[in-house]
Order: sequence, then structure tokens, then C-alpha cells
Amino acid sequence: MDPIREAMLHPSRSARLERRGKLISFLCIALIVLVVVAIFAFVAWHGLATFFENKINLWDFLSKSVWSPAVKDAHGNPEVGALPMIVGSFGVTFLSAIVATPIAVGAAIFMTEISPRWGSKVLQPVIELLVGIPSVVYGFIGLSVVVPVIRHVFGGTGFGILAGTFVLFVMILPTVTSMAVDALKAVPRHYREASLALGGTRWQTIYRVVLRAGMPGILTGVVFGMARAFGEALAVQMVIGNASLLPQNLVSPASTLTSVLTSGIGNTVMGSLENNALWSLALLLLLMSLAFNLVIRWIGKKGEMK
Amino acid sequence: MKKALLAMLGLLALALGGCSTDGGESITAVGSSALQPLVEAAAEQYQTEHTGVFINVQGGGSGTGLSQIQEGAVEIGNSDLFAEQKSGIRAHKLVDHRVAVVGITPIVNPKVGVKNLTMVQLRRIFTGEITNWREVGGKNAPIVLVNRAQGSGTRATFEQWVLKGRQPKAAQEQDSTGMVRSIVASTPGAISYVAFSYVDDTVKAVALDGVTPTDAHVASNAWPIWSYEHMYTKGPPTGLTKRFLAYIQRPATQRKLVQKMGYIPITSMQVDRDATGKVTRR
Amino acid sequence: MDAKRADKLMTGVLYAVAGLIIIILASLLGYILWQGLPHISWHFLTSPAKSFEAGGGIGIQLFNSFYLLLLAMLISVPLSLGAGIYLAEYARNNWLTDVVRTAIEILSSLPSVVVGLFGFLVFVLQFQFGFSILSGALALTMFNLPLLTRNVEDALRSVSFDQREAGLALGLSRWETVTHIVIPSALPGIITGMILGAGRVFGEAAALIYTAGQSAPALNFGDWNPLHVASPLNIFRPAETLAVHIWKINSEGIQPDAAAVSAGASAVLIIAVLAFNLLARWLGNRIYRKVTAA
Repeated sequence: MDPIREAMLHPSRSARLERRGKLISFLCIALIVLVVVAIFAFVAWHGLATFFENKINLWDFLSKSVWSPAVKDAHGNPEVGALPMIVGSFGVTFLSAIVATPIAVGAAIFMTEISPRWGSKVLQPVIELLVGIPSVVYGFIGLSVVVPVIRHVFGGTGFGILAGTFVLFVMILPTVTSMAVDALKAVPRHYREASLALGGTRWQTIYRVVLRAGMPGILTGVVFGMARAFGEALAVQMVIGNASLLPQNLVSPASTLTSVLTSGIGNTVMGSLENNALWSLALLLLLMSLAFNLVIRWIGKKGEMK
Repeated sequence: MKKALLAMLGLLALALGGCSTDGGESITAVGSSALQPLVEAAAEQYQTEHTGVFINVQGGGSGTGLSQIQEGAVEIGNSDLFAEQKSGIRAHKLVDHRVAVVGITPIVNPKVGVKNLTMVQLRRIFTGEITNWREVGGKNAPIVLVNRAQGSGTRATFEQWVLKGRQPKAAQEQDSTGMVRSIVASTPGAISYVAFSYVDDTVKAVALDGVTPTDAHVASNAWPIWSYEHMYTKGPPTGLTKRFLAYIQRPATQRKLVQKMGYIPITSMQVDRDATGKVTRR
Repeated sequence: MDAKRADKLMTGVLYAVAGLIIIILASLLGYILWQGLPHISWHFLTSPAKSFEAGGGIGIQLFNSFYLLLLAMLISVPLSLGAGIYLAEYARNNWLTDVVRTAIEILSSLPSVVVGLFGFLVFVLQFQFGFSILSGALALTMFNLPLLTRNVEDALRSVSFDQREAGLALGLSRWETVTHIVIPSALPGIITGMILGAGRVFGEAAALIYTAGQSAPALNFGDWNPLHVASPLNIFRPAETLAVHIWKINSEGIQPDAAAVSAGASAVLIIAVLAFNLLARWLGNRIYRKVTAA
């Protein structure tokens, strides 16, 4: 047969490669989705058992403030009120994000707009190192440095939301910063040039143009940081005090969903109410981060430059 | 990219091929983190004395130990509590092997200035009725309670013998002995409870009704806050599991290793206690 | 305030912020090293840990940490590259892609203890891998994947469209454009993400307690047959890592020198991460130069 005709009728090597590449990358994402679905199903299965099998009232779970699943209250219902943990988790997450965001964004601006040379030579490695410090070590430093300082300054035991905020702030700083850097770097150069050509100062350019254009990316970075703060367990657990009490102030012992989950899970028996109640906390954790994600996505869409 | 994928496939093939290549007998013990150091040390000794066996010791908590032995996923489930005391465990299917005794003592921050408490005082401290060290003869400082996590074996034992069914005041909870000790050591006015072997000079152990927390007082039951360390098997043990359990329980191991690691040998106990707390002289 | 003054002021503020971050890290590092360095010796780095006596080292844990990191990255890097490529280059911009992306982001917020328990029930018990390096590496992969995928996708997206158009215009297929043009120019970003991921993996403890286990059986460093129980390369042996070891001696350790071992191990961990970081950076730069002829 005519070799040209042959070549035209059959897909080229390149096209085969294309198809194979697409398939491989699709398989990768499919595998990840499968894992995500498996974990969701796993957590939901155990977490929902509290409500369906053990007949706990969902509203009680969300609004009561006594957490003691092994003990029954006056009406013979187990006491599974997750409100203190919900408040604690949100408290440390929002506070640490509020503290970390301006600093992270400031550092990102420094690295991209003011002194890229210093930024990539010094700040970048510093930030990557901060990520590498294991949470156990953060927790330990929190326990031996942050807690005594807080006790000294504010009184009380030193354990509480404030100590948790401090530790988490340092822990999420690198995540937020590096994502903010990526966001700012992605802002096209001609935006800056246009602003400077109009006579804007460097700060005006940064504030009015670069930050605006990079906003969705920065917000994503903040969610990521919040997500990490929300899910962080070991470090927070060491400094927050793990008391399932509604926090009275920032320096009274409190607890988070993760701290109760982590410290209790090894002590409970699979399938028992105590265990299911802990999985419900995990489910709550998932749902809350889902909510976070949706909210920020919405903000990101609104703030996008058209 | 392609190379990496190939490498991964190769690894997977290796992994699947490797599944069936374990030579020798091997067993796994999972559970209580309080018992883990002892079992680990005993396993290490046993393996140096008997080659070709492999004993894998992991922590994870008493709850994990009991649920996994109940599932039959491991050969030995370590627990600080009687299986009967854990909800969700069908205890009659498990066989209890007691390998050591652990005494638990209240500890306080050394600066509170209290050496002795009565049982009633201790109870009222943990239920929140007494809130200042002044009320029990110490200096004027608020009491800071530090509990172990709910469901922990140490906490269950402490509450069984001190609180006698009363509800503890909600307070700080920590899920490990080491954390409890360092918090009590660094927090003014703090009180908690740990196993005897964890008491060091950063914290102060408190006598109860004039009885000091010593191994001898536990052996005679004069000090009531103690518990067995259990190694559960599903049905009667066989093979390596049986030999290893016998090795831990034999008098020589009890006298040397168990004692050296700060546990109380089961052989030195003068009383027996069952899951309901009933004490009989032996 | 006029624009020039504001510009000067904010520049100052930004310098201060950058300085603050450096001070935070410096004091953290200083504290850890100051506490830990006095305990580090050759003996400490190479001898096995003791379960209840003083004088234990971290040799096996150190090796385990690196081996586990290597395995976890070996599994998760290709997967996340593939997934990132799909999301950045092939995925259509519709609700399904959005759902997938959200799901991945949520996975990254899951506390690692949940991932660890999932790994325990699935890999350790269901697949019968036991408490092993393999189970640990798979659990770490699960918790590392979202971050890496996200990072690859972002890095690929930040490559300008001109480059892709140029590749396509030259008659390359989309896949060829991605592998020959887009990935090489996105490489520094990807490598940074990998370093961040590796750091997270290296310091992770909670996900490993139930998967790779918390005991470090003696290893025979003369036996490199991966099928032998005592071989360092065996992926079916339990392997306590450095971070797990730190966690363990802080929680239930009864060694008289637990505090010293913990401080020393933390310092080693930090130094290892630092070294690893520098190495990866150097390697990344070299690769970048090679493949882009920059």
C-alpha cells in the first residue's frame, strides 16, 4: 500500500502519545477522586451512625455544651454536645487567619514587588523551612515558651485559644505566604507597567492593581491556611488545654474538634457510641471545611477581575 | 514522567510479590500505650533468646487493642482495663492474661505545698467542690485540674477508686502521661494523676490518708488506686503467642524486667481483684 | 498623606514584615538547635533507640524517615503530576471539575489522624500490609496528594499561553507541548511545591502512628535484600520515624533521658529538613537550567 496513504489513515505516533498521555493523567485524577470519595464515605458511614444507630438528636449534638459520650444525662441520653469544640475550632482558625493573613500578604508583596532577589534568596527558603518543622515540635515550643509567656502576661493557666492562635499562626504562615506569592507572580507584568506609566507610585500600583488582580489567589491561600489550621491536631492539642468547656475568654482552656478527636480515638472501641461520636466530629470537620471552601470560592468569583 | 511511572509500577509489583515472603513465625500485639514499653522490652529480650521469631509491638490505645483483638486482626490486644469495662466489647470471647500491675498516684505541682490528702479531699478536688489549695492546708492558690482523656485506662481506674461514681468537673484533658507530667510540672497549682513509674522530681506525689504511693502498699491493697495490665487473646493462645505470654508471666521475667521498668510484678500481689472491683486475698 | 509618603511608609512596613518572619524562624531554629545540639553525637545518630534505659540513639528512626519519605514521594509525585496536568490542561471548565477541585481541597483539611485511621483500617487490616513502611507511605501519599496536585496545577497554569500556542503551532500534540514545554518552564514552581510537601511528610506523626507503627525493630545494615525481615529496604517491616519517635517519647517515654533525646531528635529533624531543602533547591536549579537552556 502507498506509505502516504498508510500514514494518513492511521493515527500518528504523536496522536497515540497524546491519547495515552491524556488517559494516564485522567487515571491519576480518577484515582485521587476515588480516594477522596472513599474517605468521605468512610467518615460519613461512621459519623452518621451516631444519629441513625445511636439515635442522637442532631440539634443536641450541635447546640449542647457537655461532651461526655460515656455518661448518660438525667433523661438517659448520652451527653454528646459538640458546641465547645465547634466554638474552639472556629476561634483558633479565624484568629490565626486574621493574624497570619496581613503578614503573609506583606511578605508575599515584599518577595514579588519590592525585593525579589532577597525574597528568593532568603525569605523563600525561610518559609519552606517553617513548613518542614513538624507539628510535634511546634507544639512542644508552644508548651515550653508560648504558654508560660501567656500565663505570665494574662494570668490563668496559659492554655487556651490565645496559645493555640499563636502556634497556628506560625504554622499556617508559610502556606498562606507561598500561595500569595504564586498569586502575585501570576499577575501579568503589563498591569504593573500600565499603572506605573500612569504615574502611580509603587505602593499605589501594589495596592490598587497587583493586590486586586491577585485577590482570588490570595483568598485561596487563606482558605488553605484556614483548612490547615482547622485540621491541625497535635500542636494545638498540646497548647489549647483540651477542656470541653465553652471558652470564657481567650486564655481559658478550650478544645477543638481535632484535639478531642485525636486524643479520644485510640481509647474507644470501634462501633461503640463513644467512637461513633468522635467520627461525627470528623464528619463535622469535613462539612465545615466544605462550607469554607464554597464561601471563599464565591468571594473569589465576585472579586475576579473581568 | 514515564520513568517515574515505570518505577512506581515496579515498586507495586515488588510490593505484591513481597507479600508472601515473611520467613519465621510472627505475631502482632497492639493497644495500650502504658503497657507498650514493657511488651516491647520483653519482645526484644525474647527475640534475642529465640531467633527466627518476630514480635511486632504497637501502641494505639486500649480501645484500639480491644477492638482489634475482638476483630481477630491481631494476635494480642493490650489493655489497661478489663474488657468488661469497655462498652462494645464482648468480653466472654476474650481470654485475659494479666502481665503486670500499675499503681496510680495523684501528682501536684511541687509549689502547692501539700504532701498528704484524704480520699474525701481528693474526691472533692476532682469534682470541683474544693477549688483552692488553702482549703486542704496548702498555700493560697487556685487548683488547676488536669485530667487524662475520656476513655483512657488511667483515668477510668482513677475515677473508679477515687470518685466512686461521681461526675468529675470538666477540665483540661491530655491524652498522654508525658504531657500530663510536664503540664503539672510547669503550671502553678496543678494536680493530676500518673502511674508510679512516671513520677520524677519535677512533680510531687501525694500520700492519701497517710499511705504513701509505694509498690508494697499496692501489693497489700493499702493503696487502692491500681490496675492490672492485660494482654488479651481471642480464645486460648497457641504457638508463639502462647510461648511469649508464658515468657512474660514467668517469675524470672516478672522479677527482673517488670520490676526494672517500674511496673509492679503480678507475682508480688497479695490480693486479687476482678472486673467489678471485688478484692480477695490470694 | 500624599502618595509618595504612603509609598515610603508602606515600603518600610513591608520590610518590617519580612524581617518579622525571619526573626520568627531564626528564634524557632535557634531555640530548637540550642536545646538539641548538645545532645547530638555520632553515637546518638547511629545507635538504635532504647525503650527504657538512658543512652538510646535515633539511627534506625533517621533511616526510616528518609526511606519512608522516598517511598511516599515516589508514589505521590507521579500521581500528582498526572492529576495536575489533567486539571490544568485537559479538564473542561464545568461543574464536575469544580466538584473535583473542591473535593481535593477538602481532603487536605482532613486531620491527619483520620487519614491515619483510614490507612489503618484499609492498608494495615484490609490489604494485610500490616504495620509497615508500605502502609505508612500510602497513608502519607493520601494526605500529601491534594497539596501536590494543587501545586502542580497552579505551577502549570502560571506558564503563559504564548508558550503553549508556540508549541502547538510547531505541530506538537497537546501532550508533547505539556511534557516538553510547559512542565520544564513550570519546574521551579513544581519543585518548590514538592519540597513543601516533603517537609510536611517528613514531620508528620499522627498519620503514621497507626500505619507505619511506632516500633523500630533492629535492622541489619549488611543485608540489602528487600525481602528479608531485618533488611533496611524491606517495605513490610514496621518503621517508626523520627517525628513519631519524638511524639512517643514525649507522650509515654520512660527513658530517664527522654527530654534530651526528644530535644536532640528535634534538632536532627530540623537539620535534615534544612539539608534536604538545600539539596532539592540546588537540584531543581540544575534541572531547570538543563531542560530550558536558560
